[in-house]
Amino acid sequence: MRRGRWSAVLLTALLAWLVAGPLAVVFTEAAGADVAAFAREPTEWQALWASLWISAASVALSALLGVPLAFVFERYDFPGRRVLGALVALPAVMPPLVGVIAFYFLYGETGFVSHALQAAFRLDGAPWRLQGPGAILLVHAYSMYVYFYLFVRAALARMDASVLEAAASLGAGGAETFRRVTLPLLRPALAGAALLTFMTSLGSFSAPLLYGGGFRVMTTQIRNTSVNGDQALALLETAVLTTVALLGFALVQWQERRGASVASVGKGTPPALRAIANPFARRAAAAAGWLLAVLLLLPHGTLLLVSFVPVGTWTTEALPPVLALGNYRQMLTEKERLGSLLNSLWMASAATAGAIALALWAGPIVARGRRALGRVIETLLALPWAVPGTVLAVAMATMFSVRAPWLGRFVLVGTVAILPLAYLVRNLPLTGRAVLAGFRQLDPALDEAARSLGAGRWRRLLRITMPLLKPALAAGGALAFVTALGDFVVSVILETYANRPISAQIFSSLRVNELGVAAAFGVVLMVVSAAALGVGARAGGAGDR
Amino acid sequence: MSETREGGEGGEGGEGGEGGEEGEGGEEGDAGRLSAYLRLEGLAKAFPGHLAVDNLSLEVTRGEIVALLGPSGSGKTTTLRLLAGFETPDAGRVVVDGEDVTDLPPERRRFGMVFQNYALFPHLDVGANVGFGLRLPREAASRRVAAVLAMVDLASFERRAVTALSGGQQQRVALARSLAPEPRVLLLDEPLSNLDPALRERTRRELREAIQRVGITTVFVTHEQEEAFDLGDRVAVLHQGRLEQVGTPDELYDRPASAFVAGFVGRANGLPGELAGRAAGSTVLVRPERLRFDPAGSIAGTVTARRFAGGGAYFTVAAASGLALEVFARHDVVTIGQSVRIAVDRVLFPPGGPG
Repeated sequence: MRRGRWSAVLLTALLAWLVAGPLAVVFTEAAGADVAAFAREPTEWQALWASLWISAASVALSALLGVPLAFVFERYDFPGRRVLGALVALPAVMPPLVGVIAFYFLYGETGFVSHALQAAFRLDGAPWRLQGPGAILLVHAYSMYVYFYLFVRAALARMDASVLEAAASLGAGGAETFRRVTLPLLRPALAGAALLTFMTSLGSFSAPLLYGGGFRVMTTQIRNTSVNGDQALALLETAVLTTVALLGFALVQWQERRGASVASVGKGTPPALRAIANPFARRAAAAAGWLLAVLLLLPHGTLLLVSFVPVGTWTTEALPPVLALGNYRQMLTEKERLGSLLNSLWMASAATAGAIALALWAGPIVARGRRALGRVIETLLALPWAVPGTVLAVAMATMFSVRAPWLGRFVLVGTVAILPLAYLVRNLPLTGRAVLAGFRQLDPALDEAARSLGAGRWRRLLRITMPLLKPALAAGGALAFVTALGDFVVSVILETYANRPISAQIFSSLRVNELGVAAAFGVVLMVVSAAALGVGARAGGAGDR
Repeated sequence: MSETREGGEGGEGGEGGEGGEEGEGGEEGDAGRLSAYLRLEGLAKAFPGHLAVDNLSLEVTRGEIVALLGPSGSGKTTTLRLLAGFETPDAGRVVVDGEDVTDLPPERRRFGMVFQNYALFPHLDVGANVGFGLRLPREAASRRVAAVLAMVDLASFERRAVTALSGGQQQRVALARSLAPEPRVLLLDEPLSNLDPALRERTRRELREAIQRVGITTVFVTHEQEEAFDLGDRVAVLHQGRLEQVGTPDELYDRPASAFVAGFVGRANGLPGELAGRAAGSTVLVRPERLRFDPAGSIAGTVTARRFAGGGAYFTVAAASGLALEVFARHDVVTIGQSVRIAVDRVLFPPGGPG
């Protein structure tokens, strides 16, 4: 008991230092900046406004795409439904930066689609410029509709058919049932997806950086100010964005507590799939489905294709004239490039392992203890999720650029340690959420049974807790690993020459116009991510007897 | 099976005690106190907002089976968890075989526990579950597992998945697992409550046989009288965290130490003292079978309902001043609507003086 209390206090202190500390430092140091000058500057207000409306529009567009798809795949049966249903979630495995460059290759001025249109209609120049808010929204909608799709599909699958039948027997027609029963039952899922999309696009960095041009949102504004050397102003901007994000976070927490109370009353079976009877409609549905799949897979395919194009060989042709493995060879033989691959792998692994260890530490405290500290720990674990990557990076850079050991501040900027540490903090919500959920489903009697059979703390962890949590550990760990591996926003601010990660390598390859190399790195990132998620899902399934 | 017995009790006396246990149970106190193997001394445990266990003392003889009986919230499960070491008492001690184990964590207490939902490790097979607590070389461990499984009639079940077993089989695996490391004391938390009624009686018999074969000192929790009476050599009745009475089933039924025990163990009527020849203004408790239809009886009333119960029937009689009495008698002695008089044969509680 006493030992457990100390462990909880220690963990709270550690998390406060890693998660709350950097944010607190941002706010205290931002207070020193010229707030009045900031408030008078129209470009700041424009950036803030842009962040907000882009996020709101991303929510609307993603919902417009994701919700109908969820209904189609969860309620109707048509040829290819299973395969397509899985493919539709595919944009999720693309790290943000990779998605952005894939779109660039595809829809950019010199991309395949523009090339094709130019050739087809004999245009003088590119038919459009992939730039500004429209381009950002396109990328956001493509990568974020998945949230709506997955959340709503899961909610539909959980829905009890008898509830809908009850509505029908009470005289409600299809439209009325939808409005008065289905929609209210979907509300938690819709709200959850909307908030997730809003927060993700609030922190989105890669798309605004590459496609924004003169159009700035808060994340790119912060980076710009920081690159221009005005650190005080950058901190103030960071503080403003943090405030908005924390408001969103509070909303999410509130929503989740409300959502829990709308759980269905009893167990039920979801409505049976409706088969499309009309053969013509069936074929049309299948064709539409496959067309959609092609559209969704086009960025992945493009990336793969470009990765085989040797640098400088493809100029104005509609399709690249030469395909070769040179880019991959370069990646694997040039010391600096191979190094960044290895850097990303070890840093992502270390950050994931650390985040899992902290989540396992927190699990029993949060799930079993009635202690007030449990709530604090859970909040601290979830908090980094709400913090945009830019904010986290700036906050960590500020916190760890000064030596003040009594405040927990050390000089880590410029060392190899800071980047994996920042990844770890970003990973906490992912491993934390999965592992805590696992702990809550774990019967506490199992641990007690092991204790009464004489098993000590470590033996119980290794032989009971970890095997039983395997699905949660695999799922949370895979997601954390993939996020850290594909990270760009934190890396670009905190990287050092010694631990330059893949995304930084992609970015610098793009800058010197080595598109093929950038694409090859993107493909590797995509493949490793997909493999990690696949392993995570499989390990999760196998442990789940 | 003999190895189980020796180990479980750690040597002399264990077996000798077992045989005489049921006979001795009747004498309750003295013999038990002299050779108390497990002692709970003044245990107290408060949770925020309520006192779960309040100054509870209990002694258990070596090889004895004691039931903790009480309604939900009476503190019986907390008491069991204090014994197992999952909760730390605010006051009091737990002593086993002269050793104070109050501050020992559960993993070092050598108390076996069978959980209400069995808590079998779902990722391990039957053999690995049963062998979990063993600290033996591989060979010896598997021999031990086989022996314990044979004892609970699950020989050669080692490689089965625990999730593929029936409820009764799971219960026996849980028992085997807790007995395998030869614990000093066996604790069972509502051991039969997860079984469907049809299976319960048979499992109860098997459980009793297994425990008696091992001769292990056992404390179990239940909220069902029948279970407590059938399995327990003695029954400890708990109410609001306090020990109301410890005794054999007969003692509890015939000589309850408190009004609560009188009402909780079996059925009882409460009636004004003067109707039973006691002081006016007091309330006395009388069992339904100790009320008798008798034309010379002191209580007048009308039969309003009858509940048939095989060998007899419970008659509800509306007496004067709104008093409703329950009388157990042959099922056909009176009819509904009949005016009757009732005599009191024996007052159950408070003790003293004939009815």
